[in-house]
Amino acid sequence: MIERDLVIIGGGSAGMAAAIGAYDDGVKDIIIIEKGRQLGGILNQCIHNGFGLEEFKEQLTGPEFMTRLIVEIQKRKIDVRYQSNVLNLTKDKVVTFSNSIDGIVKIKAKAVILATGCYERSAGAIQIPGERPSGIITAGTAQLYLNEMGALVGKRIFILGSGDIGLIMARRLTLEGAKVLGVSEIMPYSNGLNHNIVQCLHDFDIPLFLSHTVTKTIGKSRLEKIEISQVDDNFNPITGTEKVFEIDTLLLSIGLIPSNDLLKKLGLPVSKARGAIVDEHYMSDIPGIFSTGNVLHVHDLADFVTAESRSCGKGAAAYIFDKWDLNAPCFNVSPGKNILYVVPHRVRLANLEDHLTVKFRVNKPLKDQVLIFTFNGQIIKKIIKPIIIPSEMQKVRLPKELFATQEGELIVSAEDRT
Amino acid sequence: MYDVIIIGAGVVGSLIAREASKYKLNVLVIDKENDVGNETSMANSAIVHSGYDPLPGSLKARFNVAGNQMFDELAEQLDFHFGRVGSLTLAFSEEQIPVLLNLRKHARLNNVEVKLLTPEEVLAMEPNINPDVKGALWAESSGIVDPFNMTAHAMENAVDNGVSLHLNEKVVALKDDKEKGIIIITTDKSVYQSKVVINCAGVFADQIAKMIGEVDFKIRPRKGEYLILDHYAPDLVNATIFPLPSEKGKGVLISPTTSGNYILGPSSEFVDEKDDLATDRLTIDYVKKAVQSLVPSVPFGEVIRAFSGLRASSDRGDFIIEPMKNHEHLLNVAGIESPGLASSPAIAKYVIEELVSKLLALEPNPHFNPRIKPYINMKALSLDEQNALIRKNPRFGQIVCNCEKITLGELDDLMSRSIPPRTIKAVKKRTRAGFGKCQGGFCQPAIVKYLSEYYQVDLTDILYDKGGSNILRCSTKECKI
Repeated sequence: MIERDLVIIGGGSAGMAAAIGAYDDGVKDIIIIEKGRQLGGILNQCIHNGFGLEEFKEQLTGPEFMTRLIVEIQKRKIDVRYQSNVLNLTKDKVVTFSNSIDGIVKIKAKAVILATGCYERSAGAIQIPGERPSGIITAGTAQLYLNEMGALVGKRIFILGSGDIGLIMARRLTLEGAKVLGVSEIMPYSNGLNHNIVQCLHDFDIPLFLSHTVTKTIGKSRLEKIEISQVDDNFNPITGTEKVFEIDTLLLSIGLIPSNDLLKKLGLPVSKARGAIVDEHYMSDIPGIFSTGNVLHVHDLADFVTAESRSCGKGAAAYIFDKWDLNAPCFNVSPGKNILYVVPHRVRLANLEDHLTVKFRVNKPLKDQVLIFTFNGQIIKKIIKPIIIPSEMQKVRLPKELFATQEGELIVSAEDRT
Repeated sequence: MYDVIIIGAGVVGSLIAREASKYKLNVLVIDKENDVGNETSMANSAIVHSGYDPLPGSLKARFNVAGNQMFDELAEQLDFHFGRVGSLTLAFSEEQIPVLLNLRKHARLNNVEVKLLTPEEVLAMEPNINPDVKGALWAESSGIVDPFNMTAHAMENAVDNGVSLHLNEKVVALKDDKEKGIIIITTDKSVYQSKVVINCAGVFADQIAKMIGEVDFKIRPRKGEYLILDHYAPDLVNATIFPLPSEKGKGVLISPTTSGNYILGPSSEFVDEKDDLATDRLTIDYVKKAVQSLVPSVPFGEVIRAFSGLRASSDRGDFIIEPMKNHEHLLNVAGIESPGLASSPAIAKYVIEELVSKLLALEPNPHFNPRIKPYINMKALSLDEQNALIRKNPRFGQIVCNCEKITLGELDDLMSRSIPPRTIKAVKKRTRAGFGKCQGGFCQPAIVKYLSEYYQVDLTDILYDKGGSNILRCSTKECKI
């Protein structure tokens, strides 16, 4: 069996940044296993701009952003296997992958980083009522058809869900000559970033129907019509509010789910973010198996994926060089009031350099809030937030000295200012 | 002139075609769909029932029990997935125990081995079952099957043995020429003559029969809605779990599938339209509740697909397998609802050996090969075998569907056979590419490209399923509303 120091599964922004982070901290024996023809993952199809402001302090398109990372990978001569899929991962860190050149290969790794990204929630997952014609398709798949294969999935389009990919596709399809008749969102607020609502919907006069969902789809071979209805506070459709749209395509932008089959196969528990349960260096319960980027929790920006993953790579390097004390005392991090999830889930204070970065999302839009960090009953930090929305991931740095002890529980909550 | 024309390429039509190919007969199968098994045979519970449930003496009882016993050999010859996982029919109150006893009586009369289990025995076998269970009937011979490839491989074998298959062709008229002793079949593409016609048209069987004369049965489609879970919790249930049967059927079940996930359903409602395949919120909620009463811990967050199928229920309540009155050369094989899948091999044998034999002289086909060329299933091979194969053909190392781990080599193998798939749905049914958690989100574009290259057509010509279901509408810069 081949032995490698670090195997990284996935060569998108997470996998590349993790490789760079680990390499720069001394791990030279790295292999990235990438299922696509080239590195970059989903960024290959994200030809819009909006990337890079955090990482490179300039506006880049997805392919430009990814190219900057690819150049760094090439500079470091990191080994990449393309069009390679991981078939299995065991608890003792044996990775089995397959491609047409190497065949099926088993690698025994000192550390493994899962950087497999996420996938789109499908029509089946939400059991859209009606038949199963063509023309009901996830926004990201439509984006791939358009930006990589040069073809449109439809001409008269409605979008279910206000996730960012859906919003970006509303603009993209409009620019290609299709007619986007509207976007419906079951929540009373959008799940996309505000600048996308403005630049992709408002600028093109595309209506956004909040508190609405699709209640009927009509069409046998091809989608012909949909009915949307307003929903009440319990998300039940309100009779009499139906609107019908004659369309050929319903794009779905109803959520992203971490691609976590390898984690599930290992029998590891899944967090509220549907990712791994990890420590301060993004390591799971199995020492040496790490998880970062959208497979850990779905991020709003590729820039944040990159930063998190670089730090995960550094964590993997420290693990490989046996730099931390895995038996150091540890405290838990938990979501409190109004918080959907928190990452990381466990922290060994002794292994932190100078601060802890906590990432989380609120579970609904809130105004006039205080973010409160309570450690073993004591408030250790407060941050005032006039507006806070679920579509924006929150990132807060907590200096190490705020923590009086090494054990117990850190709770993150959002409370009214009053 | 054909000896036999079979209308309908579902599981029954396909198996009858294969059975007919054992003899020196000139056989044609006609189906209006663009793939075999594209209606009822692809949307059902995928269960090979043991046969304790049908009324003793009925055709359902007879063919179910006989058919069930044929599966081991058939699965081996036709290389489709089949497993005898057994079934448990659960009682949840003391009042329901007599119903179980009555089912056991049926089982004995039908010659099916069953065993009454105590709650402790049930829970020891299936720890996730609702602990309120009061008893269960265990039927060891019950099985699960891959209905897509059972049908497709039966037809592939039939075609390999000389049967002709015309897909995308719809029968529009039938005429009985009594003088010549033949039936004239008119389709939307051609006219054929045949000595015998076998009507396996599923929910449309009454309409087909009506084309030739007066019909004494009616097919009323009964819709069943289902849910599929992702590969998850390998031991959620090990056997097929049924509630007590009612007048509406065998009830909402939960069962492992041959592809390592779980199927939940079906509901049971008569519908007026023979193409009403819609799912709806209320029914799906009903299915969820019903399954929860059997296995409370079902993870509904893992649902990846909802679908529905139509049972070809007849107003006789039993299978109809007989020559048409006054038109003896037309054989009706109709009303094949549950346990139709389990019964189909026995039905096919009966139709050829007992009914067609009375109309035509059956001379064995000396070239008949009961086996199809075995499919290459990468997952079933050892590491050394896999690598030997990849060295020979590197495409077996290249995965096209990451959820289900299907390789390009497996796709190539499928395309080289006698009935290669033409649509995304057909590829999905045969290979499972697109059956996983992303539901084709990642692999569908690759398969669209593959099919367009294989058939040398434009990307926009590739169909998802039926005619008109093109996935792509136009190229960029060519979009005109």
